[in-house]
Amino acid sequence: MKRQVPIVLCFLTGAFVVVAFFIGHPLVVDLNEKLDELLIIVTAFALVLGVVSFAQHHTKKIQRKQKDWRNSIVSLTSLGLMAFLGLFESMLKSGAVIGDRPAFDWLFTYAFTPLQATMFSLLAFMIASAAFRAFRIKNVEAAVLMIAAVIVMLGRVPIGQYILPHSLEISEWIMNNPNLAAQRGILIGAALGAASMAIRVILGIERPYMGGAGD
Amino acid sequence: MKKPLFCLLIVLLTGAAGAQEPILADPDSAQTDSLAPPSHDFFLAADSSQEPMGIALAWEPSQGIPVMLERASHDSIFLPLSTQEAGARSFVDTTVESGVEYLYRVRMADSNVVSATVRATAPHAVQEYQFFRRERLNALLLFLFYAAMIIGYILMAKRGASLFIRKIAGLDAVDEAIGRATEMGRKVLYIPGIMSVDNIQTVASMSILGYVAEKTASYGTDLEVPNKDPLVLATAKEVVKEAYLKAGRPDYFQEDMVNYVSYDQFAFTAAVQGLMTREKPATNFLIGSFYAESLIMAEAGNAAGAIQVAGTAELAQLPFFVVACDYTLIGEELYAASAYLSKEPLMMGSIKGQDLAKVVLVGLILLGVVLASFGQHGFVDFFAQR
Repeated sequence: MKRQVPIVLCFLTGAFVVVAFFIGHPLVVDLNEKLDELLIIVTAFALVLGVVSFAQHHTKKIQRKQKDWRNSIVSLTSLGLMAFLGLFESMLKSGAVIGDRPAFDWLFTYAFTPLQATMFSLLAFMIASAAFRAFRIKNVEAAVLMIAAVIVMLGRVPIGQYILPHSLEISEWIMNNPNLAAQRGILIGAALGAASMAIRVILGIERPYMGGAGD
Repeated sequence: MKKPLFCLLIVLLTGAAGAQEPILADPDSAQTDSLAPPSHDFFLAADSSQEPMGIALAWEPSQGIPVMLERASHDSIFLPLSTQEAGARSFVDTTVESGVEYLYRVRMADSNVVSATVRATAPHAVQEYQFFRRERLNALLLFLFYAAMIIGYILMAKRGASLFIRKIAGLDAVDEAIGRATEMGRKVLYIPGIMSVDNIQTVASMSILGYVAEKTASYGTDLEVPNKDPLVLATAKEVVKEAYLKAGRPDYFQEDMVNYVSYDQFAFTAAVQGLMTREKPATNFLIGSFYAESLIMAEAGNAAGAIQVAGTAELAQLPFFVVACDYTLIGEELYAASAYLSKEPLMMGSIKGQDLAKVVLVGLILLGVVLASFGQHGFVDFFAQR
């Protein structure tokens, strides 16, 4: 019973979503939208699980003085501080203010956002180091890759026309023909693979939500 | 008396026969601004009974000058709606929402003289729907054909037919990668992407996680699964627990093997990057749906000297994984992984069905190319996305 109920639920909801794609009746459309809303509600509840897991993980690290346990203090303090300010800031008598902004807003704008931007900006350096490795000419394929990449890069910058005449036209051709053809091939394969997997899951042949394949 | 009658006549002429009587000025509900008080020489009427999804407006032209129509909705703030040429007498506002009440007024373009405010409610839209969405007939036919292929091969596999699937290097490397971590006495790190369980790539990733967890349980190797999405956390925990039970080592399972990091993309990335740099796992699996963080994580793992197996169907991230990881499951290989690893005949059958359907699709594409080249576009148009 414990195994059959999730399989039946999965089949019914999965089959309904497939059928709903082809049906325009408002009742079916509404029910389909409700299923999407249900996911948002379930995610909101699951977020509590996430916070509990986070707190347990770091508390255990601190208690056992595991490697880098001091980082866990910073993590838990940040979580506690932001949660406290977000939930109770308005209840504080004089209000928690840093400069001319509420403390929560200030921390979000001047601590969290720059940290996010810092992480994202790392990508530029990562691309440079990855490109350096990718463009090392070890064989014929790597040489073709490097030549194509150099032409495309020249075609993307105004000065490229002066270094290599017609680099814009050649780079457009590379992007719109061999590149797009390969991308579409992968895309069609991936879409078929996803549909095949969806059929396996709906039919209960594959049950990743229960720990793997069917018995 | 003469002017209101004239105004009403315009409404009737613009299709307002049987119209509801225009509700005249309601200055209290309208925003008061620096405009002159409503002019008694300037009349406006509104009607919503004739237009299926609009409100018809009619006004008395004033001295042959252009006018500006203004509209306010719930918040009573008037905003410009349309500028009308001198001599224009009517306008239909089709930018209304079904069932919403609006206020209208007319302003003379060269002065602040305004008409009185009138109120009208947009008609409730009569929804027309098709029970079966005919524009999706192409998708239905392809789906039925595809499902028939897959189910057919599943039934063949059930009857014991032997099915061959080509070797996938990335999946053959899974055992080797876990073995390496065991020999080195370091942990295996599994990142299931950053999307939730409603993404099919995450579902595929959970299947592979089950296999990896079973192997780490058998070898007694440490496993860590940090998560970005709380629903994936709950699913991954269940998958790993089940895998340890299946491997006969439930005592090796620890709750915080599968842990939660952050719902923010880059906070999660920072945590994983830190984990890779500080703890130097011997093996990293990056399998699921990834976005801008893919290369940051893969490069961090590469710099830490880990053997890395990646898999995604996100086209833009594939080159990053190919460059920074040892093995990459490209697109469909990710979805075939569970069948390939489990060697389950029923699942293998679905992969064979998928392959045959792919051959037929390639044939259809070639046929479409030939027909389109000869100017016959009907076939291509039928399969065009709608």
